[in-house]
Amino acid sequence: MSFEAGQTINELKVTPDRFLPIRYAGASGDFNPIHTDQEFAKQVGLPSTILHGLYSMAQVARAISENAGGPEKVKSLSVQFRGMGFPEKEITVTGTVREVTDGVATIDTVAEQDGNQIIRNAVATAESA
Amino acid sequence: MPVNTSAIGKTFAPGTYAVGREKVKEYAAAVGETNPVHLDPAAARAAGYDDVIAPPMFAVVFISQTMAPTLFDPEVGMNFALMVHGGQSFTWERPIVAGEEITTHVSVKDIYEKDGKGFYVYETISKDEKDETVVTGEWTFLVRGV
Repeated sequence: MSFEAGQTINELKVTPDRFLPIRYAGASGDFNPIHTDQEFAKQVGLPSTILHGLYSMAQVARAISENAGGPEKVKSLSVQFRGMGFPEKEITVTGTVREVTDGVATIDTVAEQDGNQIIRNAVATAESA
Repeated sequence: MPVNTSAIGKTFAPGTYAVGREKVKEYAAAVGETNPVHLDPAAARAAGYDDVIAPPMFAVVFISQTMAPTLFDPEVGMNFALMVHGGQSFTWERPIVAGEEITTHVSVKDIYEKDGKGFYVYETISKDEKDETVVTGEWTFLVRGV
């Protein structure tokens, strides 16, 4: 689709189930036990297992792909990981188009859970056509 | 203790990953992709591709295999126990199609200290079989209390 400066993108909502980090670990190859083992996570001071940051980033990428009209339109994505994402809580990805130049939209996005930003300062570029 | 910056510019042996259809489908399902170009070869062919195409963030799958060992490089010297993944960026040139082989080159782009934290920035350049760049990544890791 074509983007216009100031436009808000369609938000994406997803609630990862409690076994999602296990499936993502298998799919991605990241088996850090803070994502898959409750006892281990608690031993290192976390309230429970946490989501993989790159899974949360993938939700932002998916939101951009869906808004842009396909994965081939997604040109770049840069994010900072802050806070922690948790299974069984809804993630909401929102975004606003900052500008459109030469057919490429720059989109500022955020992913949050219970009001906590888990991905912030996310900037995507996508073809606008 | 200041961070040791001697590894800036260090490069590592490249690694090649064969992108498989079922792996792409497994990854796409795990991250909740519903676009059939990632899941259904017939839909991907109808869209003009030879097979399913990888979601953009599938890049982490073919890069990590080559990159993960480099994070433990003793010359880089990251304290893994205190390390967190602080930031990530990717630039994509085109979708990657199941059946391709992607070769990733890893280097240490920067190491610096700020606000009592060590910042370790890696760059990855992933190329196709024609040696053309398909994905560039910048990975920033923070180590607390250096």
